[in-house]
Parts: sequence; C-alpha cells; structure tokens
Amino acid sequence: MNEHSDSMPIAWLRRLGAMTLFFGQVCARVIPSLGKPGLIVKQIYNAGARSLVIVMLSGLFVGMVLGLLGFDTLQRFGSEDSLGVLAALGMLKVLGPVLTALLFAGRAGTSLTSEIGLMKSTDQLTAMQMMAVDPLRYVVVPRFLGGILAMPLLAATFSVIGLYGAQLIGVQQMGVDVGAFWSQTQNAVDLRDVNEGIVKSLVFGVACSLIAVYEGYQCEPTPEGVGLATTRTVVTSSVMVLLLNYLLTAAFLTKS
Amino acid sequence: MRYTVGGRAIFDGLNVTARKGRITAFMGPSGTGKTTLLRLITGQSVAERGSVKVWGQEVSTLSTKELFALRQRMGMLFQNGALLTDEDVYENVAFPVRAHTNLPESLMRQLVLTKLHAVGLRGAARLTPAELSGGMQRRVALARAIVMDPDILIYDEPFVGLDPISMGVICRLIKQMNEALGITTIVVSHDVQELSTIAHDSFLLSGGKVVASGTPQELHRSELAEVKQFMGGLADGPVPFHYPAPDYYSQLLETP
Repeated sequence: MNEHSDSMPIAWLRRLGAMTLFFGQVCARVIPSLGKPGLIVKQIYNAGARSLVIVMLSGLFVGMVLGLLGFDTLQRFGSEDSLGVLAALGMLKVLGPVLTALLFAGRAGTSLTSEIGLMKSTDQLTAMQMMAVDPLRYVVVPRFLGGILAMPLLAATFSVIGLYGAQLIGVQQMGVDVGAFWSQTQNAVDLRDVNEGIVKSLVFGVACSLIAVYEGYQCEPTPEGVGLATTRTVVTSSVMVLLLNYLLTAAFLTKS
Repeated sequence: MRYTVGGRAIFDGLNVTARKGRITAFMGPSGTGKTTLLRLITGQSVAERGSVKVWGQEVSTLSTKELFALRQRMGMLFQNGALLTDEDVYENVAFPVRAHTNLPESLMRQLVLTKLHAVGLRGAARLTPAELSGGMQRRVALARAIVMDPDILIYDEPFVGLDPISMGVICRLIKQMNEALGITTIVVSHDVQELSTIAHDSFLLSGGKVVASGTPQELHRSELAEVKQFMGGLADGPVPFHYPAPDYYSQLLETP
C-alpha cells in the first residue's frame, strides 16, 4: 500500500508521522547548526525583515477596524473608554499571533517551501550530500530557526501597530479620551497577557516553519510537485494555526 | 551487480572497474542507467544484489559518517551544474571548504581564486549563477568539485546542451585535471566523439549489461551490432527507434 492508495485519514496520519520523524531529525541538528550563526541571521532577515511591511500594513488596518467596531459596540453600553483594553487584549492574545502566523504562512512559508523545493529539483540538495554536507543542517535547520525567531518579533510588531491603529480611529476620529484609552489599557493588561501572546507566536512559529521546510524537503522534485507543496504549506499551516490557537486559548483560560 | 526500480532491472549482471589515475567512460543510449550507475558508486542508491566498492570499501555497508568521509575524497559534476542559486560564484566554490574546514579568509580566497583560475573564471567570482551561461556554470561546478582536492572526479553528462566551444573547453579541462592532478576520472555520457578524445577505458552499456569495453578506438572497430549502431549513431539496429506500440495503421483507423 502506498500514500496514493490510502484513504484520507490514513494519509493524514502517515503524513503526521513522517512530519514528526522529520521534526526529530531537525531538532537533533539544532545544536550543531548554532555553530554557523550567520546562516540563521540570514534566514531571520529573509523570513522576518522581508515580511515586515505586509505585517505592519495588515496590523494597522486590523487595528483600525477593531477601533471602529469596538467603539460602535462599547458605546452602546456607555463604556467606549474601554476601547484601549479591548484593542490591546485582542491584539496581544489573539489577533497579533494568529494573523501574523497566517500572513507568515502565506508570505515566508510559501517562500521557504518553494525555495527548498527548487533546490531539490535542481539537484542542489544532492550536490550538498555529494560534498559530504548535510542539507538538513545547512538548509533546513537555519530556515526553521529563522522562522521561529522571526515570528514573535513580527507578532509584537503587528500588535503594536494594531493598537496604534485602534487608537488612531478611537481617539482621533471617534473622540475617545486619550488619557482614558491608555490608562485603562495600562491597568487591564498584565504580564500574563503578554506571555500568552509570546507563547502563542512561538508555537505558531514552530508549526508554520516546520510545515514549510518539511513540505519543501519532501516534495516531488518537479514544477508540479513544488507547486502542490507550496499550496499544502498554506493550507496545513492555516488549519494548524487556528487549531493550535483554540487549544492554547483554552489552556491559558483553564490555567487562569 | 543487480539493481531494480519498481521490479524492472536497470542492471543485471553488470561488472565494471574504473582504474586508478585513468579516465573511464561509461557510454550508452538514453535510459540505460548511466546516471543510476553514478548514484550507486556514490552511495546515493544501493544495489539489490552484488557489490559496489570504492577503494576496497563496500559502499552499501558504510555508515552515514563513513559515507560522508568517502565523499570528501570525491568530486562530482552534475549534469546541470547544481550550483547554489542564492550564492555567487566565489561562495559556491568556497562552500565545501567552509563546511569542512576553518580556513582563514585570506587562505580561502587564495584557494578559491586558484581553482577559479584553473577553469578560466577568476574574473567571474562575484557573478551569480543566473548571470552565467550553461558552459560557465559547469566550469564553476568543476572548480567546486576540485576545491577539496579529490582523488576521484565523477562527471555526469558533462557535454549536454553545450556549444562546440564550451564542449571543447570542458573536454580539455577533464583531460587536464586527470593528467595534472592524477585524479581518477569517471565520465558518463553519450557523446561518442568527445569521449573518444579523452577516455583511456570505455564501457558501452545496454540492457543492464556491458555490451562492449576497451579503448574508444577498439569500440569504433567493433563488429557487434549494438556497438556499431551506437558508435555510428544509426537509427536502425538492436536499439529500436519506436517505443513498443500497437500497429500504426490500425491505431490510426480506430474510433476513439
């Protein structure tokens, strides 16, 4: 029996098993890869700095929408001064990590998959093996670590810009008192909320980066294979981010 | 040695030897498994039965560490060059040295420029692979293959898609590397004319076996039908032009 003849649940299980084994192989090479920090820094730049504009723009617009809708809802209860709290908690705990991860999967994840897939289809990975160089250590692990480290930084940027967008609409346009906006935010948001955002973005970073490098490394080395792998990266990453978000939110609520 | 893919025998009873310090050519029509033979020699594939030995070491029984140690003594030139597309020419040649040594940058520079000078591309050190022609890419790949001073150099179809000038240059380089450095050379190709000028020993492969061996001149004089067809580039002979198909006219008259 092969992968193509399996029913969908079996195929998914098979893929999950293969991905777990791959994760183990990647983890085993993390320490040796730290000896070449330049490779990791380059990948933080590729995955992080190059995603910065799209993340900042998206954060601004999401924050502005949150400001509009939040104000509209809160004013019905006469508590529009709490707009800052709504925006800050929404951004830090859910919107920042989740939307950044979805943007990351679409922008950096697809780029990682297609890059590794094309390296495979043009024999670059085989050439490395022929030079007695482990491609997992030199190609996969730096990209995996770069993605993990870039994600919390991008999520933090998204949240900060989003909060500014909400303030822009709430204070500048809708007339919420600027002092009330920031003082209520300061009082309501504590370190636990920030930690939740950081943990979520780290977990999403691991999931999105792992899926992206796995799909690229395991894809069929053909143009069609690389295209399919890129699509699978976006679909699987998005579903995983939303599922993990639910699980993590539930876990943090139970803990508190 | 026997090697099968999906139940189909690529090699069955193949017995070949490449002698130290000589240029050995493996020729044969497309699809005879020439590249597969290289994969077996370099340990990328494992024979189903029989033995593949390099310097007396059975390749299939080597651990990953031992295999990588063996590959450090080999250089391989891929059909498409397989250069790292995100690095320039200099970094491509430096890649195996950086991976295996901690050479100071000043020595590294001398080493890389020496090898690039040997293939006539010292002036192209800062160009990217995308800025090079196919022939130049293969010369860079050759510089990379010899940068670790290997004992064996393996060329996979080094003449494919090259113009006559580039073909002549590559031909001369293969001969030079062998004569000047005493490197044992294995070339896989179907370009009879070029191989005839450089090879010391030749093997003609067909149907998973060696159909003829000897010097290129001896092969040219052979009376065997397979050898005459291949060396003369004849359409009619034991190797059919048409893939097995039903009768031509009855297939044309068939209603789809």
